[in-house]
Amino acid sequence: MRIALSVQNLTKRFGDFTAVDQVSFDVEDGKFFSILGPSGCGKTTLLRMIAGFYKPDHGTLLFDGQNMEGVAPNKRPVNMVFQNLALFPMMNVEENIAFGLRRRGEKGSAVTKKVQEVLERVGLPGSGKKQVNQLSGGQKQRIAIARCLVLDPTVLLLDEPLGALDAKLREHMKVELKTLQSQVGTTFVYITHDQSEAMVMSDTVAVMNNGKFEQIGTPQDLYHNPKSSFVAQFVGNNNKLRVTLRRDAHGHLLARYTNGLDFTLVGAFEAPKGDEEYDLFIRPESMLINPDETLAHVNRLPVTVSSILFDGGNSRLLVTPENTDDELVVALPQTRQYDSIKAKDHITIGWDISKAICYKRRDWKLYDEE
Amino acid sequence: MMKNRNRIQWGFLFFFLPVILWLFLLIVLPHLELLRLSFTKTRGGGLSLDNYMAFFKEPIYWLTYVRTAFYSILVTALVMLIALPVSFYITKIARVKATGFLMVLILVPFWVSELIRVYGWMILLRESGVLNQFLIAIGLFSKPVEMLYNDITMVMGLVYTSMLFMVVPIIGVMDDLDDALIEAAYDLGASKISIWRTIIIPHCASGMVSGGIIVFMLVLGSYLTPNLMGGKNSLWFTEQIYNQIIIYFNWNQGAAFGFLLLILSSLIIWIVLKLTRQNLKEVVK
Repeated sequence: MRIALSVQNLTKRFGDFTAVDQVSFDVEDGKFFSILGPSGCGKTTLLRMIAGFYKPDHGTLLFDGQNMEGVAPNKRPVNMVFQNLALFPMMNVEENIAFGLRRRGEKGSAVTKKVQEVLERVGLPGSGKKQVNQLSGGQKQRIAIARCLVLDPTVLLLDEPLGALDAKLREHMKVELKTLQSQVGTTFVYITHDQSEAMVMSDTVAVMNNGKFEQIGTPQDLYHNPKSSFVAQFVGNNNKLRVTLRRDAHGHLLARYTNGLDFTLVGAFEAPKGDEEYDLFIRPESMLINPDETLAHVNRLPVTVSSILFDGGNSRLLVTPENTDDELVVALPQTRQYDSIKAKDHITIGWDISKAICYKRRDWKLYDEE
Repeated sequence: MMKNRNRIQWGFLFFFLPVILWLFLLIVLPHLELLRLSFTKTRGGGLSLDNYMAFFKEPIYWLTYVRTAFYSILVTALVMLIALPVSFYITKIARVKATGFLMVLILVPFWVSELIRVYGWMILLRESGVLNQFLIAIGLFSKPVEMLYNDITMVMGLVYTSMLFMVVPIIGVMDDLDDALIEAAYDLGASKISIWRTIIIPHCASGMVSGGIIVFMLVLGSYLTPNLMGGKNSLWFTEQIYNQIIIYFNWNQGAAFGFLLLILSSLIIWIVLKLTRQNLKEVVK
């Protein structure tokens, strides 16, 4: 497979602050690659370096094997869909799309033909004469993408283009963008802080934090086998239990929760040193409600139900383990089996010992206090 | 209901009266009198077109008129050419902290009167002036050269005096220009020149036209700068009006010239608005 974009050891510093720190990755031609990270993690800086707006302090950038060092943004075979779309308000839709073609010196009927083709491709045929402010949010989106696609770039960069849309339309555009990408076959590099966007659309997702890539993998891989505590917390929902590790008389690893209960762990974990603190992660849907007494290899935890969050198929229970102030989220399947559970009930939750993952404690700021 | 409406009208009238009086007494009334004078014979009274005919018969008058129009347009164009990059630097390139300081730098010269500023130029440029002494001291010139009293100096002076009135409206519109639009154009393959041509200038058009109108009218009607820096070699049409009214005491001829100048400025502004497809209402806003 051809590598459309190759990034090697890319670094960017602003004064003392390292925004992007030794980032390397390859994107295969025709793939949908997402960079997922909280705001301020350096993903926009990385994208702007790829587009050419920032000069990297270190590292190399290759498009189709060609080094892009010293190549200005207007000479790079890459185009960008901006966060606010940046459609030109002084031009109509057709002129917006033809802008890049005309800058290349293309003229006349060839331009008109290409513009019409790309408008059809994004599902807006015949809207070439419309003014930009006559378009709806979703239509602007498509025009912004069409404006780049018409130039047939090696890589299309997208900087959180769905951020400005309302929730319903965003859900719709996610699917549409994915479909469009697979139809046109252009390589997409998409940055977002929304893990659902990244998971739904991407072939490969890179999780970024503090200027570094924590993990690169398929969405399934990131979800089921997170390589770090950050990925475990950031990708999908997760419950975090503060534990300390120790070995019992048989050499098995046990995790002691703050309320004094011991949980069995499986898998290879680094040997605990002293009383270092660890975090135990369990997905809400891995939690069993009132697990059968006879089930083996299950850790059990008595809890009090603090509230029931009914949301159709996405319903959850909020529970507080006894003798703690923690709040855990448990998936509540709507099979009517658990209809009897009410707030303030005392129940037991459990999980298969293979479903829990343990990492050394690291505190991350997952969201900006906006 | 009726009563209420009446009261509002009285209140409105009370506050609007000074404006109406100002407009009527100081602008409309004198202009009506000047219009009457311009169509009256200098000697003996009676209605005639003599004053307007004199303008066309005497080449010095209409040549000055054409010269004034041409140089006013040239000055406006030069001011625009300088103001665009200056405004771009202030709004887009300079750091936010520096923006206020730079604006003050542009404003400061306007705290002193035009007369003082023009004298400043004269001190620099005259035969025994600072620039001449400096150039002789470093050996570039062997004897002092008169740099005042020519067209180039006068144009420079006019450009300098009217710069602020172009920069302020352009900064106003350029501030609204989203940086992402410039970046998007750059990303889509536009060169710097085509970014200016296709994005920045169309966006700033309304500010440029309103600045252009202000500068053009100021320059066309200016008296001090052309008189002091241009001297006898660079006649300005306002000087002809001054001469008629003050020196020859020919109010009738001066009034006719005044109206010719008014027609000239209105005509050129109308043409520019038509050419740039701008609306006067939009531009003034």
